[in-house]
Amino acid sequence: MQISSFMHRLFARTLRHRMVQLGAVLFGAVLLMAAADDSGTRFNKIGHAMMCACGCGQILLECNHVGCPDSDRMIGELRTQVASGGDDTSIFNWFAAKYGPTILAAPIRGGFDTVAWITPVAVFLLATIGTAFLVRTWVRRRRNTVTTPEGIPVQLPENDAMRERIRRETEY
Amino acid sequence: MPHPMPTFGSFSLLLALVLAVYSLAMGGASLWQMATGRAGRIAPERLSETARRAGIMTFAAVSCAAFALVWAAFTNDYSVAYILHHTNRDLHPAYKFSALWSGQEGSLLLWSWLLAAYGFVLRLRHKVDVRLTAHASTILSGVQVFFLLLLVFAAPPFSIQPGEIPPDGFGLNPLLQYPEMVIHPPMLYLGYVGFTVPFAFALGALIMRYPGEKWIHITRRWTMVTWLFLTVGIFLGAHWAYSVLGWGGYWGWDPVENASLMPWLTGTAFLHSVMMQEKRGMMKSWNVWLIFSTFMLTVLGTLLTRSGLVSSVHAFAQSSIGNWFYGFLVLVFCVCLFVFVRQRDHLKTENKLESIVSRESSFLFNNLILLVACFTVLWGTLFPVLSEYVQGSKATVGAPFYNRVALPIGLFLLFLTGVGPLLAWRSTTLRTIRRNFVLPSIATVATAIGLMFAHIRPWEDQSELYSLMAFSLGAGVITAILSEFLRGANVVRTQTGKNLFAASLQLIQRNTRRYGGYIVHFGVVVIIVGIAGGAFNQSTEQEVGFGDKINIGGYELRCQSYTQDSNANYDTEYALLDVYRHGNYVTQLAPEHRFYSASQTNSTIVANRSTLQHDLYVIYEGKNPETGKPIIKAFLNPLIAWIWIGVLIIILGTFVALAPAIKPALAASRVMHTEAVAVGSGD
Repeated sequence: MQISSFMHRLFARTLRHRMVQLGAVLFGAVLLMAAADDSGTRFNKIGHAMMCACGCGQILLECNHVGCPDSDRMIGELRTQVASGGDDTSIFNWFAAKYGPTILAAPIRGGFDTVAWITPVAVFLLATIGTAFLVRTWVRRRRNTVTTPEGIPVQLPENDAMRERIRRETEY
Repeated sequence: MPHPMPTFGSFSLLLALVLAVYSLAMGGASLWQMATGRAGRIAPERLSETARRAGIMTFAAVSCAAFALVWAAFTNDYSVAYILHHTNRDLHPAYKFSALWSGQEGSLLLWSWLLAAYGFVLRLRHKVDVRLTAHASTILSGVQVFFLLLLVFAAPPFSIQPGEIPPDGFGLNPLLQYPEMVIHPPMLYLGYVGFTVPFAFALGALIMRYPGEKWIHITRRWTMVTWLFLTVGIFLGAHWAYSVLGWGGYWGWDPVENASLMPWLTGTAFLHSVMMQEKRGMMKSWNVWLIFSTFMLTVLGTLLTRSGLVSSVHAFAQSSIGNWFYGFLVLVFCVCLFVFVRQRDHLKTENKLESIVSRESSFLFNNLILLVACFTVLWGTLFPVLSEYVQGSKATVGAPFYNRVALPIGLFLLFLTGVGPLLAWRSTTLRTIRRNFVLPSIATVATAIGLMFAHIRPWEDQSELYSLMAFSLGAGVITAILSEFLRGANVVRTQTGKNLFAASLQLIQRNTRRYGGYIVHFGVVVIIVGIAGGAFNQSTEQEVGFGDKINIGGYELRCQSYTQDSNANYDTEYALLDVYRHGNYVTQLAPEHRFYSASQTNSTIVANRSTLQHDLYVIYEGKNPETGKPIIKAFLNPLIAWIWIGVLIIILGTFVALAPAIKPALAASRVMHTEAVAVGSGD
């Protein structure tokens, strides 16, 4: 029993050491490889956040239909705007003012548009918390009273062998 | 008779409607007599039988109508307005056949025909459970009546073209003239329509307070086959978009695509949580509402794309039939709610969760995530409408929104895909967790580190971060699946002395559901790996003359020539590009641009060289009018092929899960005992 406990402690300590070492390696790797270069990506990023104005329903930089009356001009305007040094928001505002708000590929105008982003996250959080609470309530209630299908209270099978058997028999 | 075939088709539809109404009325009367115990002049069994036979004949009548439309397409009968607008004389016969689902009226006819076909099979197999099937059959007849009413009154496919009949048709939309379009819509519709069957069984079982969970056993194969059809349909659509639309992607988060994804998400949730009801008698209300929602989402999807509520680049023509779908959706919801409220005491759960760390709990969270994903897609699809209502101006909700909101949800789902099967039913001990989770965790972390050393920069770009997480979690899930397989196979090997491969096969045969499910999970991971490759796409666009070169990711494309050609159906311009990789000749690609004279529309034919590593995807964008030279756009899309391979793995896994297991005698007797307990305690 003592040997088992000692082994358990030893294993836990070794595991902790390994985790710390792993964390250090990860941190080092991140530092070593952190060499940011975003000069060529901004045009691409903004161009993928806007729609083509021709009504084809495609992202501006992905609009590929022959003789599109808008995409070439818009891409040119985007190059000019990026080159002029304005920030992303001012570029988006410029395009939204010229072509209307539907030119933005996602609702990013602030105000009610923010609801579009918050709602799924809120639903996710509420549902997760709600489910976790529900599960906890069920588990607690189950621990307090356990009944047979006929409604007769029974004691929980504390015996490990019994639990193992139940697990085995209900597993697939 | 001036138009024999359209007249035959119209009368077939009318007859089908009469038969479906008769089946619904007689079926309803029979069930009412059985439920109330009141005897009418005709015994309920006889009423039920006549309703069943009318249902079978409905299939025959709708088949005649579908045949009439296809016949009209093949014989170029342009007196039928639908055929005039969707075919032309020089159209390939396969596409003439696919004209059946190329327009609104035809696709509604296809829907009705598939529903009748499902009903036909269900009614032939009524001896599985006569009373439950009678309930399901009556509900199917109700749905069938709705679609036939649409076809007869709102969107008749056999309308006669007024005035002089043109000598040739207006042609099929060029985008639909692609081999996959011959099978993609039927597959998708088989999935959509198929969910009516488990819906009908669930509603029927609730109405009659069906004892136990046998209805789940009866509908399990229906649900899985339907889910498979929907899965294959969705991915065939994605492959079609990739191959035909020519923008380098396969999923654009268009409302039509979203409409197919939503029932898939709830259907997947149902397939998982229904196991909890089957095994533990839990989540009964939840499951009932999941399948109700899945069915309603198939109707909602049709409503979204046909009512003009949201705009879609590949929606069918908007029309007034949206109002019919509004009405039907409200009716279905009211019926479901009414039945649920009346019979909710029948759905009382038999067991409670014993532990948060258990298979049941993981199923619950898996369901939660799938439903949140479904809500997100629905929210994004409807937000433009909401925005217009609140702000007075529409907002576009496109790929950037979904990529930011839906991808983290997808990654969490991937995590649960790995965790769930490693947990035991009822409760999982710490020892089991340690035993099952060590290897997958190591695989996850090691993959993440390895990828960062391979120059993936998650801190620089969000898409790279998601990719890194997808690859790492994918590695963890695959390790979990493999270790489960190996653990089981080793046990069988010890017991039987067979080699590992034979032991693995025997293991699968013993529990096809479990290991079929693992194979499906493996397929899902492979698909996610393929999708994650999208973060590293490259593209370039260039005007090329004879001998000009385009360089992209180690490839060199040399323009050999560019020319034009024509046939009866279309004129084409194309470029011949010799492809070299690291200086060695690989292949020749010929991207095309077509002009279809009948419909006066353009189409792009992509040239694609697909390998397991990446796709070299080339588009002929058109000619520069000033120089006369073609403009070529080339993409290098990594890992795309794995998406389609993943779908094949899912198909394989579903077939394995559908196959009957070879159970030891002890297990068989245990199943019988479980069913007996469930029947005894359920009512």
